Amino acid sequence: MKKIFYIFAILLFKTSIAYSLIEVDITRGNLDPLPVAISPLHVDPQSDNYQDIKTKELGELISSVVEKNFRSTGLFNPLNKDAFVQKPDIAHLKPRFEDWSLITAQALVTGKLLLKDEKLKIEFRLWDVAANKEMIALAFTTTPSNWRRVAHIISDKIYERLTGETGYFDTRIIYVSETGPKTQRVKKLAIMDQDGENTKYLTLGNELVLTPRFNPTNQLVTYLSYFRNLPRVYLLDIETGIQEVVGNFPGMTFAPRFSPDGKKIIMSFAKDGNSDIYTMNLESRLVEKLTEDSSIDTSPSYSPDGKYICFNSDRSGLQQIYTMKSDGTDVKRISFGDGLYGTPVWSPRGDLIAFTKVKGGKFYIGVMRVDGSGERLLTENFYQEAPSWSPNGRLLVFYRETKSGKNGKGFTAKLWSIDITGYNERELETETDASDPSWSSLLSK
Amino acid sequence: MTRSLIYSLFFHAIMILLTILSLPFMIRQPIDLPPIISVELIQISENTNIPFAPKARKVLEKVKEEEKRVVSEQAPPAAKAKEKPDRIPLPKKQDEKKEIIKKKQNPKEVEPEIRQASEFEKKEIIDANQIAALIDKAKEESAKVEKSKNKLTQSNVKNSFASGLTLSEEDALRAQIFGCWTVPLGLPYDEDLLVRVKLELKQDGTINKSEILDHERMNKPGQKFYKILAESALRAVRICQPLRVPQTGYEKWKTIQLNFDPTEMLKG
Repeated sequence: MKKIFYIFAILLFKTSIAYSLIEVDITRGNLDPLPVAISPLHVDPQSDNYQDIKTKELGELISSVVEKNFRSTGLFNPLNKDAFVQKPDIAHLKPRFEDWSLITAQALVTGKLLLKDEKLKIEFRLWDVAANKEMIALAFTTTPSNWRRVAHIISDKIYERLTGETGYFDTRIIYVSETGPKTQRVKKLAIMDQDGENTKYLTLGNELVLTPRFNPTNQLVTYLSYFRNLPRVYLLDIETGIQEVVGNFPGMTFAPRFSPDGKKIIMSFAKDGNSDIYTMNLESRLVEKLTEDSSIDTSPSYSPDGKYICFNSDRSGLQQIYTMKSDGTDVKRISFGDGLYGTPVWSPRGDLIAFTKVKGGKFYIGVMRVDGSGERLLTENFYQEAPSWSPNGRLLVFYRETKSGKNGKGFTAKLWSIDITGYNERELETETDASDPSWSSLLSK
Repeated sequence: MTRSLIYSLFFHAIMILLTILSLPFMIRQPIDLPPIISVELIQISENTNIPFAPKARKVLEKVKEEEKRVVSEQAPPAAKAKEKPDRIPLPKKQDEKKEIIKKKQNPKEVEPEIRQASEFEKKEIIDANQIAALIDKAKEESAKVEKSKNKLTQSNVKNSFASGLTLSEEDALRAQIFGCWTVPLGLPYDEDLLVRVKLELKQDGTINKSEILDHERMNKPGQKFYKILAESALRAVRICQPLRVPQTGYEKWKTIQLNFDPTEMLKG
């Protein structure tokens, strides 16, 4: 009896002095770029023309495109290839993780390509070096000329797997290409990949063109053209090159933009010194007037769900940003800061509105919440405007002009991008001077 | 019969007593964290990573410049890091720690803090107004923390008084993991971003086993971000190992839970 009691008592005591679980709250981390090793793709020896230098270099070229994409984000730090211990032919099979962690890589990209019968097959794998495991593995088959797009798609997949948000690399930017002196600028519509490659010109430069905007399927573009000195909104099919005037308005139409479903175009129509916002259904060609005010209402932009519209108006005396329902009701002013606000654009995520602000002779690109709160000015300069969102809502592209000298020299217009955190501001590569950028949605969805 | 009854009553009484003693809620009193604790924290170690207000920081820097000797008296012995710089020394005597824990469990007994403040007053390092300024700041900060996330506040209380790590040890561990954790930036701000990682550690601080406690969330629809967040947390502890753990008291910290939550950081 005594023994049982002692045993029981000991067990109870033991339970009572057991240590509680230590919990530590980690509420902060670092925002340093993630070190990533991007190994060149291994070229399969069974490829056609394997001895051809171009074929051999293809693996290197694809990995360099991925590397350039990653470096441009500011979120990743692609490691120097000279430090890689494992060669691509072995690394793509099963990496030796110790070798990669030695060079502080946290993620590793490996892969191989096979070029056979005019088909390019590319496989890639993303590895978690710390966990010694594969994170994602995909294969693509395409025509060899598409290798650059495959590199962008691979970048998107890796970006999505590591950050949790969709990528923006397999996209294009349409803009107005500018050449010539400031007083006699030749402006053409131009389109390029987001990394500045594959530039194509869509118009000849005979007429002034402004504000090109993609539609959600990326095949159509709407823009303003001064054809025969009459400013009107046009629609251009990129694939066929066919253009048409949007609507039959007895005056100037401008600031066009597509609705999220691509079925409507929203724009401003000016007559007798007053401008209001209209929509036109591209299928039925029906026109609807949304605002009815004696002031200048312009720069409309739909919310991603198509239920709301933001625009700017000077109905309060100063140019400010307003929102309304897509039927034109429930108009609310959302900007109340000092200065003038213009070119509002609703984020694809739906949570922010980007804008240009003019205050004290300087131009700012900023963002605010859709109710007008939380205004943040991301960048300040002599002259900059026309922000456009990347398809994932993380970056803004806009254009910036430099001040010209007395003789008109020194003037430039360039495209810039900035992260919504205000970091990673960088100039985009363009063949000529550029303005009025518009970022497409992802080409491969 | 009577004897059996006495035995029975005696054993039942012992059983009830033991049960009472062993039940956690009977020994843990609800604790209101006195704001003055933060003042004490700053004095524990010069390497502490707990953020404090710029005003308080200025006061402390001024104090350090004026009288470094006294600050070193408040800090742990200087010889702590010579043998193994990556380890955090425990206080000299286990008995002392037990005593402190016991006192902190009773909110009325705040003598250690008061005594510490009076020591400052005696040596005329900082005046009462400066102390008051620090305390006021600490009050403001603790109020903000409570307002922002009640769950974490409760957890902090538990960490401070019931865990096997001292505050500076816990702080050092936290600071180490801060440096290793690369926060994914595509996270939604309005979702629950808490990832609980349970670790089984070896005596040298390396990881024996790691486990995501809410791993079922990873495969739920609309919770894709959680998988990426959980992976980043696991990556952080793996990169960080060996973790900075005390040289002694292995039984206390061999199992540890890290609660990763970047909400405040992402909201700025």
